[in-house]
Amino acid sequence: MIFGFPIVLFIQRAILQGTALLFGSTGEILTEKSGNLNLGIPGIMYIGGISGVIGGFLYQSSAGRTVNPALAIIIPLLSSLLGSLLASLLYCFLTVTLRANQNVTGLALTTFGVGFGNFFGGSLIKLVDSEVPSIALTKIAKVFKKTLPFADDLGWFGDIFLSYGFMVYLAIILAVVASVFLKKTRTGLYLRAVGENPATADAAGINVSKYKYLSTCIGGMIAGLGGLYYVMDYTNGVWSNNGFGDRGWLAIALVIFATWKPSVGIVGSYLFGALYVLYNYISVSMPMMPIIQMLPYVVTIIVLIITSMRSKKENQPPASLGLSYFREER
Amino acid sequence: MKGAIALELKHVTKRFGAVVANHDVSLSVHHGEILAVLGENGSGKTTLMNMISGIYYPDEGEIYIDGNKAQILSPKDSFKYGVGMIHQHFKLVDVFSATENIVLGIEDGKKFNLKESSARIAEIADKYGFEISPEKKIYNMSVSEKQTVEILKVLYRGADILILDEPTAVLTPQETDKLFAVLRRMRDDGKCIIIITHKMHEVLSLSDRVAVLRKGEYVGTVETAMTGESELTEMMVGKKIALNIDRTDALGLGERLVVDKLNCLDEYGVKVLQDVSFSVHGGEILGIAGIAGSGQKELLEAIAGIQPTESGKISYIEPESKELIDLRTKTTAEIRDLGIRLSFVPEDRLGMGLVGNMDAVDNMMLRGYEKSTVFVDRKKPKELADKIIDELEVVTPGTSTPVRRLSGGNVQKLLVGREIASAPKVFMAAYPVRGLDINSSYTIYNLLTKQKESGVAVMFVGEDLDVLMDLCDRIMVIASGKITGIVDARTITKEELGLLMTKTTSVLEDQEPHTNSEEKESLSDE
Repeated sequence: MIFGFPIVLFIQRAILQGTALLFGSTGEILTEKSGNLNLGIPGIMYIGGISGVIGGFLYQSSAGRTVNPALAIIIPLLSSLLGSLLASLLYCFLTVTLRANQNVTGLALTTFGVGFGNFFGGSLIKLVDSEVPSIALTKIAKVFKKTLPFADDLGWFGDIFLSYGFMVYLAIILAVVASVFLKKTRTGLYLRAVGENPATADAAGINVSKYKYLSTCIGGMIAGLGGLYYVMDYTNGVWSNNGFGDRGWLAIALVIFATWKPSVGIVGSYLFGALYVLYNYISVSMPMMPIIQMLPYVVTIIVLIITSMRSKKENQPPASLGLSYFREER
Repeated sequence: MKGAIALELKHVTKRFGAVVANHDVSLSVHHGEILAVLGENGSGKTTLMNMISGIYYPDEGEIYIDGNKAQILSPKDSFKYGVGMIHQHFKLVDVFSATENIVLGIEDGKKFNLKESSARIAEIADKYGFEISPEKKIYNMSVSEKQTVEILKVLYRGADILILDEPTAVLTPQETDKLFAVLRRMRDDGKCIIIITHKMHEVLSLSDRVAVLRKGEYVGTVETAMTGESELTEMMVGKKIALNIDRTDALGLGERLVVDKLNCLDEYGVKVLQDVSFSVHGGEILGIAGIAGSGQKELLEAIAGIQPTESGKISYIEPESKELIDLRTKTTAEIRDLGIRLSFVPEDRLGMGLVGNMDAVDNMMLRGYEKSTVFVDRKKPKELADKIIDELEVVTPGTSTPVRRLSGGNVQKLLVGREIASAPKVFMAAYPVRGLDINSSYTIYNLLTKQKESGVAVMFVGEDLDVLMDLCDRIMVIASGKITGIVDARTITKEELGLLMTKTTSVLEDQEPHTNSEEKESLSDE
């Protein structure tokens, strides 16, 4: 407590809140670097979440009293990845192969994903005949939230840095890996070329469609993990319909905030997380709350204004973002 | 200096549908030699080179590289054979450095190391005398630096045969001289260089041999040292073909539009119009001849108020009151209201002036919409559309069919018809017959002649010299943004026109007086 403000708890909550956004933004950055503006990310995060819940639910109900920790992680993880992969493939097929409009496809996918999540969420809730409109996978969530055994003995340091489940660290690792991949590797350079100028990449012998498919699918799976993290860790294994809220859109805003750099996305996600939970920690009147909750978006707009005014080329979106690639007639 | 034969084409033919782009072309280039490929627009130069670089595949004939028959099916194959093409339009990623652009797509099995690549690039640049910093971002580069990156790209891949498609089109004279020095050094190093161009002085100063193409036909190859400007021009333009266009005498209604010492820069800051001066009279057709991209578009757009100008005067003379109006101070809409109309048919035909998804009536309304109130009146435009469709014999299911579904010729008739319908005082038509069949072309020629007969000052930018000579009263020739002559269309010969069109001067030659063109100008003023 500093000046009566629970600073350690606040940072903890910010990081917990920000992690879902970090998964989403890392995935979306990878996707956008290929020139695909996937506005379906909020939907894919829902799909990633509910797919993990379905896998976990099936496993938990078949396992009986005790769950195997390894399976309790692997089964939801794989089913979540599979769900978001299928959704991303659908997006790729429409936009890359059929060259449908990316914005329309993305928005449709988001609507579909949210509906998909709520439909199966609702079915599961009916299935267990629960009294509350939610479904709890407490045993699995316990495994997801397992921290290092000595974390509690290290005081505030342990609280801030070591008190989380493995997915919080996974999010950071993925962002760092994505950052190195884009900056330092040949494949990363080729991917950026595809997003900047697909005709040039094509002429240089780079398979534009392959890169678009791969980056969009991998990006979608990473984003889907954000949905899984939200259910299994953040809400302690409780799925309730529409619970994920607008976090998917925040993740897309975060991409702009991070100026398409996954490493900046790490800091940005925690900042967004902090702004997101801020209203719990300062005394504001009820009518003021929406204004406080609006802050992440306001910050994004400010960043957008600043980056466009400085017009530094490196901070701009990939040049062909949102455009379908037609090979010139030969 | 000359080595073994590097590249040989044997009886190469390429057709696009019914159009023969190249017919039975055979030529060869040696190592340590610069070959210039010379020809007018549409003579098939670029198509021919695209077959060597793997963009097209020949329908007939063979390509031999270093004595072996080559199967070049894709640009990747051409890298394999050591062929590198530098296109007119650069293919570069703006936010990447030179090095990052150059290594793009190279799978040499080596570790990815940009520093090492930069060092190798610097080495190649040093060897041939390029000035480049490999770390510099493309968006910070000048046009000539970008071109250098393109050339280094193919050299880095180990190209032995370099093809440059109009490399000097975007360069200043100083940059051109630098490029030529580099090319000569590459030739001395044993590289085989092919340069596509239509600038005569470049051909003469740079190449060892010249291959000439005309309308897809291979005319022949000559040693540069053994030939001269007039022989090459004759090879390039061929003999005059008579057409049957009804040409009436000019009415001689006095000056309608006077352009004085007009200067213009293009988007890259390169001068596209230099001290352009001429006048157009009422009741005449002034033809504008020149190689594509010599400044025709900029000139017409400057008059129409679309293209910003640097200096000079553009005055319109009101036919009744003889009042002088300075067009440079007017907005595009004001110029249109004065009766100065431009119909420009770009290469994609639908790119300018018409909206493909809208029907004929809507497209008629695009002009003059400012005068309508909140609700548009579709009645008058409908009448206009019907009238044009009727008079110009536009083939369309009806006025409510989107114009994109019409054939190119019919779209052009609509475009030209709409501008003419506004009863202009000055009418500028650029490439109005582009891609049209003979009959539609004649319909357009007759339209232009009718305009002339009604006292309009007509300017016609055309590609076909035979048409220009049979349709116009006077022909103005523009080359690299400069007027090289204004001549009488009835007496000029095709060879003379060809000479004027290719008469580009480098900086050194700039001081020489253009006696020739001045003579011609006085001739036409009679």
